[in-house]
Amino acid sequence: MTTVTYWTGDAGTAKSETLFQRNMKLFASSRLSMFFLFITLGFVFMAIAAPLIAPHDPSDADLFRRLLPPAWMDGGDWSFPLGCDALGRDILSRIIFGSRVSIFIGVTVILVATTIGVLAGLAAGYLRGWVDIVISRLVDILLGFPYLIFAIALIAMTGPGLQNIVLALAYKEWVIPCRVVRGETLATSGVEYVEAARAMGASKSDIMLREILPNILSPVLVVSTVRMAHVIILEASLSFLGLGVQPPMASWGSMVADGRSFMLQEWWLSTFPGLAILLLVLSINVVSQGLRDAFDPRFHD
Amino acid sequence: MSDLLAISGLVKHFDDRRGLLGRITGNPGALVQAVNGVDLGIGEGKTLGLIGESGCGKSTLGRAILRLHEPTAGQVLFDGTDVTALDASDLKAMRRRMQIIFQDPYASLNPRLTVGEIVAKPMRIHALATGSDLEDRVVDMLNRVGLNSGHLNRYPHQFSGGQRQRIGIARALIMKPKFVVCDEPVSALDVSIQAQIVELLDEMKQELGLTYLFISHDISVIGYVSDRIAVMYLGKIVEEGETREVLENPMHPYTRALLSSVPHLEKTAGKRDRTRLKGDLPSPINPPPGCKFNTRCPLATELCRQSEPELRHMQGTQSAACHLSLANAEG
Amino acid sequence: MKDTVLQIRDLKTCFDTRDGMVTAVDGVSLSLGRGECLGVVGESGSGKSVTFASVMGLVKNPGFIAKGSINFEGRELVGLDPKNYRKLRGKEIAMTMQDAQTALNPAYTVSNQIIEVLLAHDETLSGSRKAQRRQARQQALEMLQLVGIPSAETRLDDYPHQFSGGMRQRVMIAIALACKPKLLIADEPTTALDVTIQAQVLELIADIRDKLGMSVILITHDLGVVAEYCDNVVVMYAGQVVENGPTGAVIATPQHPYTQGLLRSIPRLSDLSRRIEPIKGTVPELIDLPDQCRFMDRCTRAQASCRDLIAMQDCGAGRQVRCIAPGLAGGSDV
Repeated sequence: MTTVTYWTGDAGTAKSETLFQRNMKLFASSRLSMFFLFITLGFVFMAIAAPLIAPHDPSDADLFRRLLPPAWMDGGDWSFPLGCDALGRDILSRIIFGSRVSIFIGVTVILVATTIGVLAGLAAGYLRGWVDIVISRLVDILLGFPYLIFAIALIAMTGPGLQNIVLALAYKEWVIPCRVVRGETLATSGVEYVEAARAMGASKSDIMLREILPNILSPVLVVSTVRMAHVIILEASLSFLGLGVQPPMASWGSMVADGRSFMLQEWWLSTFPGLAILLLVLSINVVSQGLRDAFDPRFHD
Repeated sequence: MSDLLAISGLVKHFDDRRGLLGRITGNPGALVQAVNGVDLGIGEGKTLGLIGESGCGKSTLGRAILRLHEPTAGQVLFDGTDVTALDASDLKAMRRRMQIIFQDPYASLNPRLTVGEIVAKPMRIHALATGSDLEDRVVDMLNRVGLNSGHLNRYPHQFSGGQRQRIGIARALIMKPKFVVCDEPVSALDVSIQAQIVELLDEMKQELGLTYLFISHDISVIGYVSDRIAVMYLGKIVEEGETREVLENPMHPYTRALLSSVPHLEKTAGKRDRTRLKGDLPSPINPPPGCKFNTRCPLATELCRQSEPELRHMQGTQSAACHLSLANAEG
Repeated sequence: MKDTVLQIRDLKTCFDTRDGMVTAVDGVSLSLGRGECLGVVGESGSGKSVTFASVMGLVKNPGFIAKGSINFEGRELVGLDPKNYRKLRGKEIAMTMQDAQTALNPAYTVSNQIIEVLLAHDETLSGSRKAQRRQARQQALEMLQLVGIPSAETRLDDYPHQFSGGMRQRVMIAIALACKPKLLIADEPTTALDVTIQAQVLELIADIRDKLGMSVILITHDLGVVAEYCDNVVVMYAGQVVENGPTGAVIATPQHPYTQGLLRSIPRLSDLSRRIEPIKGTVPELIDLPDQCRFMDRCTRAQASCRDLIAMQDCGAGRQVRCIAPGLAGGSDV
């Protein structure tokens, strides 16, 4: 074996990190993004540890505490910091438990939708032909349906409940990542390293899952986080309309609905759950914006 | 002795046309006649240099031979087997023996895989080695191309263009193929690195007994590495022959124009006579009738505009597709 | 005594990056006479493009000119305020880029882009804004014809994407020359083009230089281009000038080991049996370079005394080289 005489020297100026790691570091360097990430994770923690941190049982009703105002107002009580609702249930505890619903549904719907959407998008973008035609037409049709109305119709048919809500929201949600992934797959299919994989005899699934998918994760990540906020608002809307989780399970949307008739006087019934929705959605949006900026190649050298 | 690779009547068209509906919607698409009937032969252990400018179809031809683009028509005989007629599993087996090296060192390596994974992949796909045996073979290949085992766990973005090209070469050669399409392997590199890679490709050719189809637009490089040269214009071969003969005595006007357009080191700042070509390269979507070169040829006649000349043997080892050369050769 | 149009003295341009201070141009000096065509040859990392970006005042944060002088027709450009620089760019010094596709604005017609330059700089336009536009449009037509765009009248209102690569390069040249600048800097004008088109574009630049008495700087990595079109050549490596002189002499008898190595690594059509010899190794990183010859690690003739700051030396007949043992091996063998 001859050795090649033209030694190329040591590899690499950069430290041994992947581009993904570098982008994550960029994300971490934004204080705004990290702050809101912290808040989002705070909500997640709240959801997981709900039974441990909620001061009271969210279903514990006591008509003597009915419409109790928040602690800092006249008549308030510090053991019920945010006051009580029309049935005397502690609002703070209900908000804490309500985060379970929002987080659970947000995460589950996105996970389901992204998985389906990614697989469908890869197949449509790489295999083309009738697979692409069928999937694309399906995407077009579903996009034409108004989200909420169809969700309402589905729930009306199947009945409310956590599982059905997830399905009702996921039915259309998968279309969003699918479109993104299809576009990225189309763009990446012609790249030389994909051609190289074909030239060495790699199978189609190998190419889709190991060559293309890892390289298009960044936009998928960004889109998923953006959509999570959207899904949470949708769930709140469904709950507000009474189609979401049923009592006694607490959901921020239904809490807002319950407090509707009391808006003028006992404003705390609707306002605090409303603020919770606002804060969670805002945090997720800021985080997704930060991710988008960190992964956007235009902002790099 | 018959050729290792014999291509006859190879055609590759990209048909994007949408007929009536397309015309109504204002998006009729187009028929791109990238490769329009090519006959070529490459002897075992030889290098055929394929030269041409943008739009001539040379890259498409290289890929069509490997069925990375499915040929529209024609036949590719590799070591007696018709590659175009193979079914999926036979084609996969054939891929061990026919490989390709790409032009763009930045796009030809998956940024998410380490160097080790990239070079090991062909072996994995064909189950040729596993475990530590596989790692040994990968390291061996890396050493042969001028890298070392310390590079195994690094990512492509940590390497320079020349080093990436070496990784691409290691990947293409690890299965010890017989035939390699080199698609502009040095065009994207700095001049001094080009020389390194050219020498590396030559060394590998000797060591592994390879046969090359070397595609490039750089005449000096092609002249240096090739045993025979084929000149391509708008999807057809217009001239072919042994390197020295084609370069010293070009028979086709396009070849002559190409050769005189190359800046030479020997001449210093001053005028020199050249065959100046007017106009742009026509598009493969709308090739001119008759001889494809007639719109730019300084010698074009009425015959050239009407009928397309065949690639015919002229003299020595040379063939050319030109009415006038034929007349001269016969006359 | 030749009339000097551009004189660069000891220019140093740095970039303050995350990985450290990159000195892209380190002590570059060169001069250009009126009507002269100077070739600047170098590979990646040589600093050739950054040198002329500095001349044009286009080096932006995190880049900056650390020291040195750029003298254009008697005026000092280092430290020139942006307003005066804008007056200079396009009117007296013009630059074309390698990639015509990104350098031309896809949203404007080509005539528009030429007209904008004229309206900004041309003092001979007179009358109302509308009248000026009309005159400028006429000049734009003449420019397109000058650069050899066929059927120029019909193409005036075409967009850049409607032109082929070679034609786009010509359009860029037309824009650059609209105000008849004294100096044209062409950055890799032919690298992205096919060889038959390359020849057309280079002939065009040579013709225009003759017609307008313009000075031209051709930045390229192609020694062949320099050999055919440039009166003098400057060879750059790792941010420094390593050799300069009249083109013919430098190519026939290169003095610097890098120039020699470069010439030995290029295949020649005139002698196909000659083996090429690659230069081993790669260009060094431009961060924290020690005070020694930058080519040392790749040089076949390196000695202990190369581990020192090497200055440019005169070697007669208008030539200079940055080497303590120039010439020696090679001569006409290269």
